[in-house]
Amino acid sequence: MGDLAPKTDAVDMIIAGREITASGWSQTARHEALSRLRAMGLPDRRDEYWKFTRPDTLTQAVAPEAAVFDNDEAPLFDGLDRLKIVFVDGVFDVGASDDLTLEGVTIERLATSTSDLHWARDIYGVLETNGQTPVQRPLAALNTACATDGILIHVTGKASKPISLVYIHKSETSDAILHHCIKLDAGADLTVLENGPAAARFNKVMEVDIADGAAFHHVRAQGRDHERRAATHLFARLGTESHFNSFTLSVNGVLTRNEAVVELNGNDAKATVAGACLGDGNFHHDDTVFITHDAVNCQSRQVFKKVLRNGAVGVFQGKILVKEGAQKTDGYQISQSLLLDGDSQFLAKPELEIYADDVICSHGSTSGAIDEDALFYLRARGISEGEATDLLTLSFLAEAVDEIEDEKLKEEILTRLTSWLARRR
Amino acid sequence: MLSIKNLNVKLEEEDKQILKGVNLEIEPGSVHAIMGPNGSGKSTLSYVLSGKDGYEVTEGSATLEGTDLLDMEPEERAAAGLFLAFQYPVEIPGVGNMTFLRTAVNAQRKARGEDEMSAAEFLKLVRAKAKDLKIDADMLKRPVNMGFSGGEKKRNEILQMAMLEPKMCILDETDSGLDVDAMKLVSEGVNALRSEGRSFLVITHYQRLLDHIKPDVVHIMADGRIVKSGGPELALEVENNGYADILAEVA
Repeated sequence: MGDLAPKTDAVDMIIAGREITASGWSQTARHEALSRLRAMGLPDRRDEYWKFTRPDTLTQAVAPEAAVFDNDEAPLFDGLDRLKIVFVDGVFDVGASDDLTLEGVTIERLATSTSDLHWARDIYGVLETNGQTPVQRPLAALNTACATDGILIHVTGKASKPISLVYIHKSETSDAILHHCIKLDAGADLTVLENGPAAARFNKVMEVDIADGAAFHHVRAQGRDHERRAATHLFARLGTESHFNSFTLSVNGVLTRNEAVVELNGNDAKATVAGACLGDGNFHHDDTVFITHDAVNCQSRQVFKKVLRNGAVGVFQGKILVKEGAQKTDGYQISQSLLLDGDSQFLAKPELEIYADDVICSHGSTSGAIDEDALFYLRARGISEGEATDLLTLSFLAEAVDEIEDEKLKEEILTRLTSWLARRR
Repeated sequence: MLSIKNLNVKLEEEDKQILKGVNLEIEPGSVHAIMGPNGSGKSTLSYVLSGKDGYEVTEGSATLEGTDLLDMEPEERAAAGLFLAFQYPVEIPGVGNMTFLRTAVNAQRKARGEDEMSAAEFLKLVRAKAKDLKIDADMLKRPVNMGFSGGEKKRNEILQMAMLEPKMCILDETDSGLDVDAMKLVSEGVNALRSEGRSFLVITHYQRLLDHIKPDVVHIMADGRIVKSGGPELALEVENNGYADILAEVA
């Protein structure tokens, strides 16, 4: 393990000045998280799990400044019927948000929830704790300890519209920590949308507890704010015959680490984690996924596509762990990069660890350039080199976007991708 | 229409001369055929004319209606009215055939300073042309050439030609991989496009295709040159006697 002292010193520095002893139902969980964090220390470059991504700027006491990107586009998801909840630099914006009322759903803010016997006690920091083994995730523990706000969503039926979390970045020095808990009762159904750069530095945890037969759909877009940094964790626990589908679109951003930790605990559950990313220049994007099969006849899919150019770096660390007894597991994992020039890099670490003997698991990882024959074919039909490259790029990413189940949302993402590609030509 | 003068071409990667002084004049509205044994440079000629990378023109010129082709990007050549029906049409996963066709039609229109075709107008046109070539709705919806049979790929090439309405069409071994029925269908598609303002250069190994697409002039190509030109009877001579006789005669 080596010397922990520098790592724990870093913990002291980053938590200094942050409110941890907030009263209320989450107090115990926060103190436990702090103890976990002190025991682990913050990640540094010697950690195997951070081999491809330097955590320094995520763990240093003060967030590096990030200029605010002046976005002239209509925000994503604007035209959709949704319940909108807005955070500006991590601070809830009551004026810009809709009423937190939706039939079949209770929605509260973490910062103002007071009940001592709150339902979220069984989730807050609990899924995160489960996700700390076998691999440590100190930034998630930091989040549980120090989160200033977040949304608590309890779904009892089928939500009539998506809940849309909008993260606006206005301050060059903002350092936001948000923690969301989502509980879906048996048979419930909810779509959560997330978009926006959030802050100069953003640490976000979302814990999702999906009961038997429930379904959770998640579409997230991390937009074109170039200098932002983000470390996010998505923890999900799936009951029998439940369903989990998460898709992330990332464009630019100097550093993004998205971790998804999914546990299939009930039989016949299905989980999909997918992502499409478009990186340019000093862009570093890391998808780290850990899927645990701990029940019979479950399916999981990981589909990640990255388009990189001008020295952009893409990272994929994906693991499928099939525990003893998790028979009839069907696990699939693919990670692919399209390198538009010789300067860009894709670093992939696909892993399978299987302790059951009746399973199907496959994984693949590829890196490639634009297909010259296809490019010539399109150009020979009169399509310009730029437009032909865009068309082939979009077709490459479409396989990941295709994992989104809702046609409207899929269309929304594809339309946005097309316009992003066209504007950078 | 197409004027090729003393065209000399070598491979960029290796010092290998492929075309050694090709001369060819194709008048508006005429159909020329080039026949020749394997490795004579027929496909290279079609690639050089359409602008594929990997070839270096060491001497000579190629013009389309007086405009220098060799200086243009492939997409500019297409917009100028040149079309190559590929010997091996490329499969492009993830790009729908319709999207591809519409992008191509509108890109060419835009390049020529014309208005883009509306979605409704395009749909109507593509459906009519597809029907003639027995291309069903499913083939239009599928990604470009993905899972198409050899015949379907060639029919799709002709559909693109019909949609793009080029002036100069080069057909590179369009008959390869076609059964008799498919060859008939493809030839009918080509013949329907024959007009006063449109010329064709049909590259083929066999006389068979020329039974359906009747050429005005037939050229025999060997070792990077056109060694003999004549009327349709020249194709029959090849069919009956093979290339050896003709090559011996001109040697």
